[in-house]
This record gives sequence, structure tokens and C-alpha cells, in this order.
Amino acid sequence: MEQDKQNDVQSNLMLNKKLSRRDMLRLAGVGGVGLLLGGGAIGSILSSEIKTKSSPSTSLNQDPDSIPFYGAHQAGIITPSQNFICFAAFDVIADNVSDIRKMFQKWTTASASIASGSLIGNVNDNPNLPPSDTGEAAELSPSRCTITFGVGPSLFDARFGLQNKRPPSFQELPLFKADSLEPEWCGGDLCVQVCADDLQVAFHAIRNLARIARGTAVLRWTQEGFQRSAQADPKSATPRNLLGFKDGTANPDATDSTLMNEVVWSQSIDGTSWMTGGSYMAVRRVRMRIEVWDRSTLSDQENTFGRHRHTGAPLGSKDEFDTLKLDEVDSKGQPVIPTNSHVALAHGDGSIQMLRRSYSYSSGMDLKTGQLDAGLLFISFQRDLQKQFIPIQQRLANNDLLNEYAVHKGSAVFACFPGTTEGGFIGETLFGRI
Amino acid sequence: MNLRYVVPASLLISSILFTGCAKNNAEPALNKSTTSETVATNTNPSQSTASPDLQPAIDQYRSYVIEQCDLFVKETEKFTTAVKKGNLEEAKALYAPTRMYYERIEPIAEALGDLDPNIDARDGDVDPSEWRGFHHIEKALWEDGTTKGEEEVADQLLKDAQLLRAKVETVDINASMLVTGAVELLNEVSSSKVTGEEERYSHTDLYDFAANVEGAAKIYELLKPELQKKDADLEKDIGERFASLQKELAPFKVNDAYVSYEVLKEDQIRKLSQTLDALAEPLSNMGTILGV
Repeated sequence: MEQDKQNDVQSNLMLNKKLSRRDMLRLAGVGGVGLLLGGGAIGSILSSEIKTKSSPSTSLNQDPDSIPFYGAHQAGIITPSQNFICFAAFDVIADNVSDIRKMFQKWTTASASIASGSLIGNVNDNPNLPPSDTGEAAELSPSRCTITFGVGPSLFDARFGLQNKRPPSFQELPLFKADSLEPEWCGGDLCVQVCADDLQVAFHAIRNLARIARGTAVLRWTQEGFQRSAQADPKSATPRNLLGFKDGTANPDATDSTLMNEVVWSQSIDGTSWMTGGSYMAVRRVRMRIEVWDRSTLSDQENTFGRHRHTGAPLGSKDEFDTLKLDEVDSKGQPVIPTNSHVALAHGDGSIQMLRRSYSYSSGMDLKTGQLDAGLLFISFQRDLQKQFIPIQQRLANNDLLNEYAVHKGSAVFACFPGTTEGGFIGETLFGRI
Repeated sequence: MNLRYVVPASLLISSILFTGCAKNNAEPALNKSTTSETVATNTNPSQSTASPDLQPAIDQYRSYVIEQCDLFVKETEKFTTAVKKGNLEEAKALYAPTRMYYERIEPIAEALGDLDPNIDARDGDVDPSEWRGFHHIEKALWEDGTTKGEEEVADQLLKDAQLLRAKVETVDINASMLVTGAVELLNEVSSSKVTGEEERYSHTDLYDFAANVEGAAKIYELLKPELQKKDADLEKDIGERFASLQKELAPFKVNDAYVSYEVLKEDQIRKLSQTLDALAEPLSNMGTILGV
């Protein structure tokens, strides 16, 4: 047993696998990295450290704080939500696919390093050069960092000859009633969604990816977001939005792979082979009229959502996860859950689902009004925007009581690629391996 | 550029001011008092610590700096004369083109003690009682619409320009200075020109912008042969991105004159800034020719 572990560690090293920042420190702490490179009689020093950290069959890389970057699907879609998000939309300034491909290759390598908690690149010690990693995440836990890439409908215009690759049902969203979109919060040729349990780790990822993109793509808009942290909510209850209500109760179960194949992952029968195993993202920057909401009564607030604020239960029910009884009426014959409440409209007849993965945002103050610029960075993943996000959003936009307190300022959709394996790169199914 | 010349100015002035060839006089004094970790301390430039292959580039750059300095003094004399004669329109016309000679070699000037603030400080950069140089005159020309009261400042500016010309002979240029100097020129653009803060009265920021970029391009041209040997992809990348930036700048140049920065729209400024960042990123890796 003990010997196996030693071999495991050594073979990892022999294979030149990247050590995580923490592993490196741990190893450096006990014997010095120099010893490792020498191989040989290092087992006894290492094994006592490894034993406490991993089970016999696992390698150094299986850190509970590290979510593997490589896989059939991209991480950050059905991954349980982390505490923070740094979201960035990019516009491509290059004029050819080859440059985009190169950037995605570099992005993939860098992202795999970030996810494992290693420094990006190998130029981090040359005094004559800027370090390839900007350094603010050095020696930090990878913090379950996931990086998810997608492309917007605008990438399929005439610039790159990709017109024929656009999935037929993938296009800019229609304008919804009451949309108050501002161009600076809309669209993008590409998106990068970084989520992590540490904001500095997440920022580090966006910053370095934007750096790698220089000359090929430029930032179009960015938004940071947060949720209550796991530390503040050890029981991992459904998170509350900034209006104080639980948000995400009715989300489909992301651990149910059959359901995810129905709701989230694009399938080969959907007709766009490069997206098989990927997912379509809708992202909306929803400003909340915090000040107005704060002076509305509790019963108004609860009628707006159709749920009790304290428990998150549907109006008239006790438990958060009680079934919605939309046809229930009170003694006066009125629906217990108002038909134009958020939950009633979002649920509809229950036939359409999507996976929501939203974060709250706070972006300081609106200089014009002196009010808080805060709200929801709504994100949902689905197999088909036309069949899922759009009909649901249409119902909400037309009638939702919540529209009095929330206004959609930003909007974009992205086709998020399937995952890739080591040696490949995200986007290879669209841009081709050359 | 992390050069800190700690030579007392008085010492230098007494020995080199107005002397035709200051090199022999000033060098021993300079080398005794420079900080050794950032500046090579050998007295003979040809014995630089850089790899011998880079020596031709260093020598050519030295010539370029001196040439720009000569032109700078010459043009500054025309400009300050116009100011002193009260020729407002002539002074305004000469202002921005004169500054370009300085902006092309700005990092070298910045390495020479107080010269940069004396020549190029903006209102608020230095104590008001010490403020002088180009921007002092700029404010009078554009804000107050007069040359009056600027006569002494003009005299002093010409002296400062001449002092720069004298001192520049003494700078011991090494390969590392070249590499970091190119990036610094672009950083100058990023931090003050792109924002329109440099020429806040005349709005001639695009002249400085173009001159900084030309100064960086010169260094790249000189290092190109070595860079090509060491990292051909990087060399190609930098070349292409210089071309993109020139292309972005071109529409703003009409008959040898750059348009006022006030004319530029927000998205045009952002595009210039992002194109500059796209260039500065690979340019910052030119240090690869210095080895590890």
C-alpha cells in the first residue's frame, strides 16, 4: 500500500504532470523540490504527507478544491455553484479563424493550469521578461475554479466564413416586452464564465485570459457576481436573491444525468454536431429597483414572487419544496398563488425546464439617481433557447408582477462548447484541429 | 526605466553645460555615482554586459537618441523664439511637432534626473512654484490666448533642452534599457495620452501618441534581427501589431497634422487603446533576446 502510493506519486512526477501550487508548497515544505527532481529515495518523506491528503488510488491532482477542467462537458454548467462569478464577453478583432483557434488553444492550456491551481505558462522566473502568470493567485487554493467558454451568434456573420456553422435555432434573442437594454451590456462574439469560491482566484482567471486574448479579442463587457458563501450557509440551502427571496428552488436536479441530457446538453439528434455535449447559455443583466422594493409591504413582496419569503414555500404551503398548487383558490375564489406572480409564470404548465445558475451583482452606485446599481446576473443553460428560455421569458416579460421591481439592462446568448480532453482544446469541434 | 542618476545637478551643469562634447568630462563623475544594480558601470559603452550581438543595435540607438536630441534643441529654439517674439499662431503651430522629438526618446530623458519634469511636467505634477516647461506655455497659448508672461519660461525651456542634449551623451545605454524603453513608451501612451490628459489645453495628444509609438518602433526595428533569430513568431507578431496600430492612427492624420483629440469619439479612443494594448503585450516579451 505504502509502496503503491509512493510509486503513484513518483509516476506522476515522472510523467511530468503539473503539480498544483499547493502540492508544490507541501512538497517543498517537507523536502525541497530539488529532492523530487532527483527521484530515488524520496518516498518516505512524501508518503506521510500524501496519506493524509488522498486515498490510495487518487493522484496528487484530485484536490477537493480542484474541479477537473477536461471532460466530456465543460465544467461550470452543471457544477454546483461556486461563491463568485467573473463573467466577460469578448469581441474578436482578428480577421481569421486561425487566430481564434490559436487563442482557444492558449486559453485551454491556461484554463487547465488555473483549474488545477498551477501557475500559467513557464516564464515565471526570467528577470528579463514579464511573468507569464500575473501571480495574484499564486499559492492559493484553486477554489473550485471553473472556466466555461462559448460563442455568440455574431461570430457566425461574414467575417470568418462560419455562416454555415451557426445552429439554426441559435440567434440573438428577440426584444422582450419591457426590455430596457443598454448596448454596453449586450452581446459579444465570445464569452468566458469564470466561477470560483474565491473572487481573487476568479478575477485572476479573467485577467489572464483577457491578457492572452490581446490582439485577437477584446473585452466587450464584464460583470462580477456573488452568492452567499458556503461559509455563511454551511447547510447549502437555496440561495436568496437581493430581494430576499429564495431563487432556484425549482431548478432541475443537476445530478440526474438523464434529465440533464433532456434539459441542458445538446444532443446529436439536435443537428449541430459541433455542439453535441455543449449547452446554450442565456445571460441577462437584471437591474433590481432595490429602493422601490424596500418600501413595498411583505404581502406585496410575497404576492410578487408567489412564495413565502421566510420559508421559500409556495404561497399557501409550508415547505420550500412543496408542489406548486397553481389551481388552489381561497375562500373568495381567488388563486392563492397569483396567476401573474413570478413563480406561476416561470412554472407555466411545468413542461419547460432550464438550468438556472444566476448570481447577484452589485456594481456600486448609479451616478444619475444615487441609487444602488444591483441586481441579478441571470444565467441559464438549456438545450435549445427557442424551446426553453424564450417562451419562459416571454411569459414573464408580458405579465410578471416582478417587472415593477426589475428591469433587464443587458442580454446575450452563447453556444457553450462541449468539453475536451488533454491535448485537445475547447472549440476544436467548431474551429477544427489543425 | 529604473535608472536613478544621483549625480548632483550642479556638478553636471558646471562641467558639461554648453560644452560641445560633454562625454569625456561627465562620464567619470556619472559612473561613480550611479546605482550599480540598474546601470552597467563600465566606462566604455562598447564593453556593455549585453551579448555582443546586441551591440550594433545599442550603438545605433545611441545615434538615434542624439539625432532626435539635436533636432529637439533646434526646433525648441524656433518654438521659444516665436513665444518670445509674441507670435501666438506660429508658437501654437510649432508646439506639438517640436514635442515629438522629445516624446520619441522620453524614457531616456526620464532617466536623466529632473529634466523630464522641468521640460514636460503638467499642471499639478509638480509644486506650482516649480512648474515650467512646455505645458506651462501650452496653457498660456491655448487657455489664455497669449504669449505674454512666458518669456522667461521659454528661455528656461531652451536651456533645459540644451542640458538634455548635453547629458544624453553620458547615458550608458544597455540592451535592457532598450527593451524596457520600448514598452515604457507605449505605457506612456496608455497612461496619459490615451486619456487625453497630456495635452489638456491644446488637445494635440495624437502627436505625442504617434511619437511615442515611433520611438518604440525604432527600438523594435533595431532589435529585429536578433529577435528574429531568437523567436521568429514573436518578431512577426510585433511587426503585424505595429502595422495595425499605424493603420488605426492613419485616419487621424490629415496633411501631416493630427486632428484634435477632442474630435475622437469614445469608441475610437477605446479602439486605439485596445490596439495599443495588443501591441504592448508581445512587445513586452522582447526581453527574450536578453536570455535568462
